[in-house]
Amino acid sequence: MILEVCNITKKFGGVTAIKDTSFSVKSKEIYGLIGPNGAGKTTMFNIITGNYQPTEGAIKFHGQRIDGIKPFKIVHRGIARTFQNIRLFKSMSVLDNVLIGFDYQANYTYLESIFRLPRFFGEEKRIKKRALEILEILGIEQFANELSTSLSYGQQRKVEIARALAANPQLLLLDEPAAGMNPNETHELAELFFKIRDQLDITILLIEHDMKFVNHLCDRVMVLDYGKTIFEGHIKDAIQDEEVIKAYLGDFKHA
Amino acid sequence: MNDSIFTRDRLINLALIITTMWFIWFAQHFFDEYTIRIMNNVAIFIILAVSYNLINGITGQFSLEPNGFIAIGAYVTAILTVDADGMLYQYDIEDPYPWVLALQANFGWALFFSGTISALLALSLAFPVFRVRGDYLAIVTLGFGFIIRILAINSPEITNGSLGINDIPEASNLYWTGGLAICAVLAILNIIYSKYGRAMKAVRDDEDAATAMGINTFKIKTMAFTTSAFFEGVGGGLLAALLTSISPDLFTFFLTFQLLIIIVLGGLGSTTGAILGTIFVMAGLEYMRFLDEPMNLLGFETDAMPGMRMVVFSLILIFVMLFAREGLMGKKELKDLFKKKKANK
Repeated sequence: MILEVCNITKKFGGVTAIKDTSFSVKSKEIYGLIGPNGAGKTTMFNIITGNYQPTEGAIKFHGQRIDGIKPFKIVHRGIARTFQNIRLFKSMSVLDNVLIGFDYQANYTYLESIFRLPRFFGEEKRIKKRALEILEILGIEQFANELSTSLSYGQQRKVEIARALAANPQLLLLDEPAAGMNPNETHELAELFFKIRDQLDITILLIEHDMKFVNHLCDRVMVLDYGKTIFEGHIKDAIQDEEVIKAYLGDFKHA
Repeated sequence: MNDSIFTRDRLINLALIITTMWFIWFAQHFFDEYTIRIMNNVAIFIILAVSYNLINGITGQFSLEPNGFIAIGAYVTAILTVDADGMLYQYDIEDPYPWVLALQANFGWALFFSGTISALLALSLAFPVFRVRGDYLAIVTLGFGFIIRILAINSPEITNGSLGINDIPEASNLYWTGGLAICAVLAILNIIYSKYGRAMKAVRDDEDAATAMGINTFKIKTMAFTTSAFFEGVGGGLLAALLTSISPDLFTFFLTFQLLIIIVLGGLGSTTGAILGTIFVMAGLEYMRFLDEPMNLLGFETDAMPGMRMVVFSLILIFVMLFAREGLMGKKELKDLFKKKKANK
């Protein structure tokens, strides 16, 4: 198990956003987190990445507890994420955006950069080469020197994924990666995620509403509804599960 | 291909540095005293503006404290370079503390200590200051600037209170001010074009996303703040040795405001812009003095109008802001302009 979420409860004042939820993600798995709007999926992401502290429960990464650790340190441990609404660094080029992901992996000090000592040049060259490699995997290397905001929506999504990959994660959290994409782009994205998992050995945990996409991609899913887990298992069983149908489409018996 | 552009950039940089150094030497030998005086001022304000731009423009932390750090730098240099006799003669309100009399250093070390003490203070200040963001940060740092000035007024044993320190040896010349301006600009550019500068820009663009990329945003902000304070301290020291007399009134919020105008005019986040802004504002204000004097306009004699240059200057500012909202340079640097030209061809 790469990630274990144990009995997480999160309360915002009087509102319980997540209630006693547990699930675990196996290494090299693509795991889906689905559920209607407001179910607590993004809150769960924010708890895993350390942005929120859980009210109760524990998060374990490779068997070690990571709840309570500062968000940037969790990234160093090997969990990177993308955002629901694209959040690129707007004033920077695509390459610089990706280089930000390498920030903690570049080994030179402040003084070495001020005095331009040899290690600065060596490290910069190394991370630049690796950043270009990542852009190449995503097929956007030709935009390396473009301003990140000048790209199309789909390409910006890819830059955000590239940036997360640059942080050298073992677990990648993707918040609605296919939102706002056409079927072609969605299909391309799914292939890309398989490539990321198989070539880079990265486990993926994703939130998604596009059921076709989830069905094609995910090994297992968990369905959340108003903070409660209503289903965990294979997607094919999920779409036949009565509770899941109720959550998504309403209760037909009483309609 | 990448390597060749790299060396071309370096050649341009080297040429710029040599030209600037030659210009400083030339100015020192052939320009009149008035021009040299203005150039000294411009050089010092380049140091101040470029370092203020690092925290305000590059890191995007809207802070209003440089007058505090400049004051500290100026006082440290003044106390270290004025000798004991001079101090005993000047300190009328209270006798100076023995350690104030004992502390002596030559100009170079005095500047170094000016910067270091400012930087240390910034380091300790970062803990309370960066607990808040945005507007609140501006208020907290504004408060700091005021506190330093009030402290300077109310500790006459160290600073000679509101009388200030006079007869500071006039050690600042173009070699010091210009040389240190080159060093400051180079150091700050080297920071900006490293992973630290990238992280600073990332914090400016989206702090939460920067955290999600593994950047310790508090550490990055503290680094920018401390570096900026160091150079502001050094600039303050140079200013003290140029003016030869300092008092708390010199370091009011107006000084911060002036720097803010410079970096906003030049383009927040552009070092080239900060330099151009300084030249424009400092030299402009100086050379527009004729507007205050009686003039002969097409045969009409006008009376002297003190303050007229400020009116004209403000109008120019308004027009620049109307037609170039991001300042003269936006976020671009000199080398980005070269790139643009090449792409257009």
